[in-house]
Amino acid sequence: MITAERKPFEQIKAVTDQFENILVVGCNTCVAVCLTGGEREAELLTAQLRLQREKDGISGTVNTVTVLRQCENEFVDAVAAQADGKDLILSTACSIGPQLIAERIPKVRVAPAMNTNMLAVVKKHHVWSEYCVACGDCVIFSTGGICPIARCAKQLLNGPCGGSQGGHCEISPEVPCVWQLIYDKLAAFGLEGNLSRIDGPKNWSKSNSGGPRTMKKEGFEP
Amino acid sequence: MMPGSTLEKVLADGKFAVTAELGPPKSADPQVIIDKANILKGHADAVNITDNQTAIARMCSMAAAKIVIDQGLEPIMQMTCRDRNRLAMQADILGAAALGIKNLLCLTGDHQSFGNHPESMGVFDLDSVTLIRMVKEMRDVPQFQCGEEITFAPKLYIGAAANPYADPFPFRAIRLAKKVDAGIDFCQTQIIYNVEKFAEFMHQCVELGVTERCKILAGVAPLKSAGMAKYMKNRVAGMDVPDEVVERMAAAKDVQDEGINVCVEIIDRVREIDGVAGVHIMAVEWESAVPEIMSRAGLKAGSAD
Repeated sequence: MITAERKPFEQIKAVTDQFENILVVGCNTCVAVCLTGGEREAELLTAQLRLQREKDGISGTVNTVTVLRQCENEFVDAVAAQADGKDLILSTACSIGPQLIAERIPKVRVAPAMNTNMLAVVKKHHVWSEYCVACGDCVIFSTGGICPIARCAKQLLNGPCGGSQGGHCEISPEVPCVWQLIYDKLAAFGLEGNLSRIDGPKNWSKSNSGGPRTMKKEGFEP
Repeated sequence: MMPGSTLEKVLADGKFAVTAELGPPKSADPQVIIDKANILKGHADAVNITDNQTAIARMCSMAAAKIVIDQGLEPIMQMTCRDRNRLAMQADILGAAALGIKNLLCLTGDHQSFGNHPESMGVFDLDSVTLIRMVKEMRDVPQFQCGEEITFAPKLYIGAAANPYADPFPFRAIRLAKKVDAGIDFCQTQIIYNVEKFAEFMHQCVELGVTERCKILAGVAPLKSAGMAKYMKNRVAGMDVPDEVVERMAAAKDVQDEGINVCVEIIDRVREIDGVAGVHIMAVEWESAVPEIMSRAGLKAGSAD
């Protein structure tokens, strides 16, 4: 899933204070699962804004609506009517949501209420960990099903580096050394000898470094 | 192709090599380098010129290395993967060779979060192993990483670092063997305080045939204070400082003298270990300790005769 965290209220307020009529749009998929931007959180943010604006004497309205997914045209188009007369749409989706809204509802200014951070798994209750950076060239079969690009601070293909100690990464004792995990996993299969092979250099042109990417499913073009 | 560096000749002749470290300043002042070079000249076969060490922005290693050459001392230019992509690296490698730099030490580099620009983007286009292979192919094929031919190859003696104290321990000698496969000629180790563990690592290197294909220089560093011993033990990534060393420093009346004594004792012990081809003395911001350490250890630069 994609995870996103809400921006500090002060930052949101600095934007919303410039507008009169605001529509807060929630997204009920990834950000609802990570408890930051679903229907409940969009309503909470709306209430918070109303209170603050009443206190600060700012006129206008703050309404809210939540869609199933802000990353698909049909769901975004469905809220176009509710955006009539609004000065600002504030999206609580990952950054894809406000971008698609800006594209589909071009007359209204759009702002993100969130900082999008990662492609993650739910590690345990209320803890998410980054597992993928969408590099476009998956290598995890050779690394025991563990991604060194997303989970090594230096994106090593030939780790672990000299900073791995006691199972931790050099950047923090809170961060596991992913190459220790890879070594242990391969060793459990008796395959640690595979790590004698030199891997890389990586082809970064398949990642975002190669420019914005587009995926097309052949034979399904409109 | 033989790069023709002094360090290479010393090691090829089977002489015990001594390298030291010279950190470029956080300024544009060449005099700092000239002064340090004059302290180290005649004592070391070559000196490492660090590359934005611990992710702190400093004068670049290539320029500092050139200043060192002009002082009549041989540099080992360090290059990390943190701050440049393969385009910039290859450009710097060609430029370094053109300036007369003959030794290149290939490192992944400390993470940028350690330094004074923690908000910077870490590049890590390559890692140390793929950097080594790229340099080797630039020198010996000769070709760029993309496969295009190089008409005038950079003649460089290629080095790397090895840390016997990082984990998983059984993999450390194997990882050094990977660097040998990738193309290194020599390696310098992390600072040694735990000699027993280093000896075990060296034994593994001998078993793997690493010492036949690569010259290993044992890293040592004089402790300047009891606080530094504690700091290195607890705060520096990839270090192993035994309690007895920390206690010895804490109990010392003349701590700097004791720091040099500890260093000399470690040199005496690592010299006896099979496969050790030299020492790398890292007296960072204490260059004047190097001549004293060498004198007490009865060491001379291999190139001194």
